[in-house]
Amino acid sequence: MSQDFQAITTRREEAQGFFERLVSRGLGWARKYSLFTYPYATACCGMEYMSVSSARYDIARFGAEFPRFSPRQADLLMVIGTINQKQAPILKRVYEQMAEPKWVVAFGVCASSGGFYDNYAVLQGIDRIIPVDVYIPGCPPRPEQVLDALILLQEKIGAQSHKLIDHRPPEPELVRPAGRDLVSGGVK
Amino acid sequence: MPEKHDSTESRVTENALEARLPTKTMSINMGPSHPASHGTVRFNIELDGETIVKLDPEIGFLHRGFEKSCENVTWQQCLPYTDRLNYVSALCNNFGFLTAIEKLAGIEIPERAKYIRTIGAEMHRLCDHLTCTAAMGMELGGFAPFLYGMEARELLWDRIAELTGARVTTSYGRIGGVEKDLPEGWVQKVKDTLVKVEEFRQEIDQLLTLNRLFIDRTRDTGVISAEDAVDFGFTGPMLRASGVPYDVRKAHPYWVYDRVEFKVPIGTRGDNFDRYYIRMQEMVESISIINQCFEQMEPGPHIIEDWRYVMPPKPQVYSTIEGVIGHFKLVMEGVKIPKGEVYSYTESPNGELGWYLVSDGSGRPYKVHCRAPGIQLVSGLEHMVKGSMLPDLIPTFDAINMIGGEVEQ
Amino acid sequence: MSVEQLQRIAERFPDAVVEGYTLHGDETLVIKRENLVEVAQFCKNEPGLEFKLPLSVTCVDYIDEKPRFELVYTLYSITTGHHLRLKVRVPEEDPVAPSTIGVWRGMDWWERYCWDMYGIRFSGRGPMRRLWMYEEFEGFPLRKDYPLRGRQPLIPEADVRDIYRGPGPGPGSPPASRSNPPRPSQLPIVK
Repeated sequence: MSQDFQAITTRREEAQGFFERLVSRGLGWARKYSLFTYPYATACCGMEYMSVSSARYDIARFGAEFPRFSPRQADLLMVIGTINQKQAPILKRVYEQMAEPKWVVAFGVCASSGGFYDNYAVLQGIDRIIPVDVYIPGCPPRPEQVLDALILLQEKIGAQSHKLIDHRPPEPELVRPAGRDLVSGGVK
Repeated sequence: MPEKHDSTESRVTENALEARLPTKTMSINMGPSHPASHGTVRFNIELDGETIVKLDPEIGFLHRGFEKSCENVTWQQCLPYTDRLNYVSALCNNFGFLTAIEKLAGIEIPERAKYIRTIGAEMHRLCDHLTCTAAMGMELGGFAPFLYGMEARELLWDRIAELTGARVTTSYGRIGGVEKDLPEGWVQKVKDTLVKVEEFRQEIDQLLTLNRLFIDRTRDTGVISAEDAVDFGFTGPMLRASGVPYDVRKAHPYWVYDRVEFKVPIGTRGDNFDRYYIRMQEMVESISIINQCFEQMEPGPHIIEDWRYVMPPKPQVYSTIEGVIGHFKLVMEGVKIPKGEVYSYTESPNGELGWYLVSDGSGRPYKVHCRAPGIQLVSGLEHMVKGSMLPDLIPTFDAINMIGGEVEQ
Repeated sequence: MSVEQLQRIAERFPDAVVEGYTLHGDETLVIKRENLVEVAQFCKNEPGLEFKLPLSVTCVDYIDEKPRFELVYTLYSITTGHHLRLKVRVPEEDPVAPSTIGVWRGMDWWERYCWDMYGIRFSGRGPMRRLWMYEEFEGFPLRKDYPLRGRQPLIPEADVRDIYRGPGPGPGSPPASRSNPPRPSQLPIVK
């Protein structure tokens, strides 16, 4: 499984030296086994999340024990349950408030694609507003399926390239400063 | 630069510390994604210090268009939508909806189906009460009752999964009965499970009921008088906590509730502790009802044989023309319920769950209205906590047991 | 609920009651919209009736009939153990009904639901607020002429190709015909 991820990154500009690869693997190891989840629970899947985090199907043995109900402190956003049109801006705002590195899991079929609620009120999948890493189908999914998805996510995190200092361009601003001309692209 | 305050008075004659200064209330927003809000509710609270002056619950963050979806599918296809209304006790919703359809169509279901429906509803009532009391314990600071409650709920869900195929959203009933009969050996397994659930319930009881911290948080908080509770339209444990003895299972018995003996706990003070304790006692009664049903049940059919409402058995579908046509009509056009309207009600764990159905004779519903007990409970929240402190909101909101799926449909 | 109680109300308000009937064991009274509040007060306070528990208000959209909307009030009396259904017809051109939150406070959110989903305004209680939908939403979703999939997004969405359509009619097909609304049987009311 992890060979598939490695095969993608052999291009010249992404080729990593030995120490860089070591650091990346180390950071990946640390990040994947200490996920702080933000359980953005709305609906019936919340019941299965409560089961997953309880004593029988223990999510703590995978490192993802503590839910952090503040987006600033969390790195895994689990969108649990149906997101409707009223909730969508709030979800997007919570996602934007989270700090890098962050991952998103769409828990349940309503979060993945809208489920069988194809009507005026429901957002047809959260990937229309935020990028998703792992989709968990099921209505609601069994806890074993959730743990399988978590392991899949952990493999994905382990195989990503992590850097100590990340020179990626910053995310676009949320608020436009006053005095900018919006039509001409920002320069007066 | 200080603003001009016309109403600033400093009474020089009295203590200078008591100078009256103008104050403004602070508005805070307990947002839709909050650990202490069961599901997603936004509270716009105005506070004077720590005292709640005004509380405005804003709901709608889980509105999934239940009624509109039901109007566009057939009667049988509405069943999964009803599961997801009160998703903690889905069997109660399923069976309530089907009871309403059967009342409208004038169908009488077989005896065994009535017993199975009672057993299923009581098992999910146990799940709901366990979730409510466990979450109440957790939000007041104790994580251990939550874990005991969740484990007890898992044991019950194992049995429900053996019976219906799913843990949470079951879609088990059918018009005219239930989908399949009880599995082999299930009755004995359930009896053993109920013994273990009772042990877990006693653990939660010992941790919370006489706990000084729990009592201090829940005694005399969120009080509502019996008259106000009736005026707001409360039903269920919230109404019984205020002293009004109304339980649909006793007042208008349905299925087999007139053949089993059980008590209905009634509270005296109308506060959160009474609501919690009523739920604990109702769990004991539910276990007793299930055991009595097992003793009284007789073997028999679990669904009626009328092919206008029930799918014909598969060997008939594949070999006889009547079976094929019956199956085709039921799937493509839906069950043809006669024209009319009906209001039917059952006792769900939160209160009286009412269904108002209007049928126009075709296979699709014309109107499906679910009278969710939670709506009036949340609308009465402001009346219950006005004047108390902000932390009193938490146990009150937990005791209401608002399930987003039914309040926002 | 017994027919005698229906007849008591009919005797007290002879010109308010349009018809009364029993269907599948539920007693129903159709009354005129102007007399709604006084009939409600009578039902609540009169000894022997005492319908103090408000269960719900809902609205049914009979799109092919005039008047179009029908408000359905469901009440319960704990002392007598009877349910009652009051129905009020509201026309489409003037979708206003008197508010009963002065009689039962529990009707507040149900009236907001009727406004949100059907556009029925209730007089005597200030501006109506939506209950489930957001305020920027235009239209009333549960009316029969509102499309099932009429989504009004609040934030721009990415263009994800839908490969599966959920339950309900397709984009081109018309909704199922509604030319046959239910007409229940009638009992004679002794005036």
